[in-house]
Amino acid sequence: MTVMEQRGAYRPTPPPAWQPRTDPAPLLPDALPYRVLGTEAAAKADPELLRLLHAQLVRGRRYNAQATALTKQGRLAVYPSSTGQEACQVAAALVLEERDWLFPSYRDTLAVVARGVDPVEALTLLRGDWHTGYDPYAHRVAPLSTPLATQLPHAVGLAHAARLKGDDVVALALVGDGGTSEGDFHEAMNFAAVWQAPVVFLVQNNGFAISVPLDKQTAAPSLAHKAVGYGMPGRLVDGNDAAAVHEVLGDAVRHARAGGGPTLIEAVTYRMDAHTNADDATRYRGDAEVEAWRDHDPILLLERELTERGLLDEDGIRAARDDAEAMAADLRARMNQDPPLDPMDLFAHVYAQPTTQLLEQETQVQAELDAEAAGPEGAGR
Amino acid sequence: MTTVALKPATMAQALTRALRDAMAADPSVHVMGEDVGTLGGVFRVTDGLAKEFGEDRCTDTPLAEAGILGTAVGMAMYGLRPVVEMQFDAFAYPAFEQLVSHVSRMRNRTRGAMPLPITIRIPYGGGIGGVEHHSDSSEAYYMATPGLHVVTPATVADAYGLLRASIASDDPVVFFEPKRLYWSKDSWNPEEPQKVEPIGRAVVRRAGRRATLITYGPSVPVCLEAAEAARAEGWDLEVVDLRSLVPFDDETVTASVRRTGRAVVVHESTGFGGPGGEIAARVTERCFHYLEAPVLRVAGFDIPYPPPMLERHHLPGVDRILDAVGRLQWEAGS
Repeated sequence: MTVMEQRGAYRPTPPPAWQPRTDPAPLLPDALPYRVLGTEAAAKADPELLRLLHAQLVRGRRYNAQATALTKQGRLAVYPSSTGQEACQVAAALVLEERDWLFPSYRDTLAVVARGVDPVEALTLLRGDWHTGYDPYAHRVAPLSTPLATQLPHAVGLAHAARLKGDDVVALALVGDGGTSEGDFHEAMNFAAVWQAPVVFLVQNNGFAISVPLDKQTAAPSLAHKAVGYGMPGRLVDGNDAAAVHEVLGDAVRHARAGGGPTLIEAVTYRMDAHTNADDATRYRGDAEVEAWRDHDPILLLERELTERGLLDEDGIRAARDDAEAMAADLRARMNQDPPLDPMDLFAHVYAQPTTQLLEQETQVQAELDAEAAGPEGAGR
Repeated sequence: MTTVALKPATMAQALTRALRDAMAADPSVHVMGEDVGTLGGVFRVTDGLAKEFGEDRCTDTPLAEAGILGTAVGMAMYGLRPVVEMQFDAFAYPAFEQLVSHVSRMRNRTRGAMPLPITIRIPYGGGIGGVEHHSDSSEAYYMATPGLHVVTPATVADAYGLLRASIASDDPVVFFEPKRLYWSKDSWNPEEPQKVEPIGRAVVRRAGRRATLITYGPSVPVCLEAAEAARAEGWDLEVVDLRSLVPFDDETVTASVRRTGRAVVVHESTGFGGPGGEIAARVTERCFHYLEAPVLRVAGFDIPYPPPMLERHHLPGVDRILDAVGRLQWEAGS
């Protein structure tokens, strides 16, 4: 039939292959970051959980301060502090079951420690005696990932593999606001949603990617909105409200475990310290902005809630601080020991079996070490 | 296990058989990539695997190479043995960061606690009339990345044996498939018991006394043809098929060049910064007093891979190889 012949019968129709897909409405995040502390929802929160979160936040704050101090003493090569972000760090560790997996970025050593990894082992990368200090399988924590967002597809693949094997395992992956601009963020979201992998993505939007603020990073309504484009739910939460972060993360983990697929959570928080000890934050942000966040500090918010409701008193606060001091003293003492170094490690783990070329290079370094040990007189020349 | 006759047996069919046998032998082996499921791959190397093993074992992924390799990393962390297909050499580049920053380093990063047994299959090389981005020889990038094995077969039997070994390896292997040889056939018989070849051993494809052609992958048949042509002119050439660029078999290469005293390295990859420079240096370091002439290279030119109508001027051919052999300072020495 020609166009002229079919004219009278013509009715506009959708393209033949087109079908409506996911309804975006249920996937949309709330307009405002979800909060618990200081709201009616706080009454429903478990007091024991709130006290545990408080103790962990105080401990986490002290850990960040101690690690930063260790950089000044030359005991750490660098430390990207998560001061101000402790609620996200602690909640991420606490919502997981032992069989679950955590995928941290380089700023997430506190989450790694809160998960149970030895603090000294968690700092190996940043001390510089090796790239990872802990066995990832011991606590099911992937190595700290330095290249941004590249750990996200790992989390998706691991969660997918666990599901294929019939295991009841969820992966929780951490990333920052800057990391959401990376291609690996996009690919991980897409694979996770297509595979309905049991994975939860927690974006800690701390306001800055080193010096670049969020409005130079994205034009999205919020980072949580990005979820909708992949067909997964996006949640927006107050990242300094430990009870809210714990609840939203817990919901997402349960949803994933029950076969509901992935969730993207944006936690709105703030990086109180510079990017690392080597950064000067005064070049890109003013004191007033930082001060405003001091009134929204995660420890302050939780302490206010707990003390106002009579769930925590001076003794309780002191006990949390004493515990944190003990942790810091132990960390200090252990980090003041020089780590054992073995140059032969350079060649030991490149392959399952070293190549002949690596064996030759190992021999060369061993000879250099022997010559060093023998001193100038022992040396043949 | 049932044996299916695959006649005539091409390199592509040997690769399919290797994947199938590996999947049947080990339930942790998972094949993944673009179009590998329903279609069976653009070169049909994964043909029938999704049907036989299910889509969870042979998975059509979204079109995203970094995502494919990145998720394969996570799967390997959880104890699976992913075999990833990159559709073409130049389409593997988006996965480069995952490969360099994670796949190659994870074992070392974790002091051996977290090995990643991933095989990355990459169809590579030219000579098939492909338009831009379909004919790259990118092996030098991967050779320069510690922690990876880099393997490439030149015969149908090696395609089977080396792919089985790569999948069985506890280290990541970049497995370069010479796409020009996908449809090649030789004496390989799929009905005979199959041999798994060790990774890291070169073989002498043709014994000779006057000079050694050191080569691999798609250039092996070209070198054998050149050696045949050279015989007519009185040159008796040896052809060494490296099979594995990493680990590099210094022993076989050194023994050959010490016997012959002359060597030409042949590959499609660009000469400048290409594998031939490393190989020539290694040969010179180990065979200096045996050499009658400098080690020469016949390689792709230092240009972006040419359009198909011009590629014959770029690819190392018999004449160019014989020309190089002729320049091995015969007048000065033996």
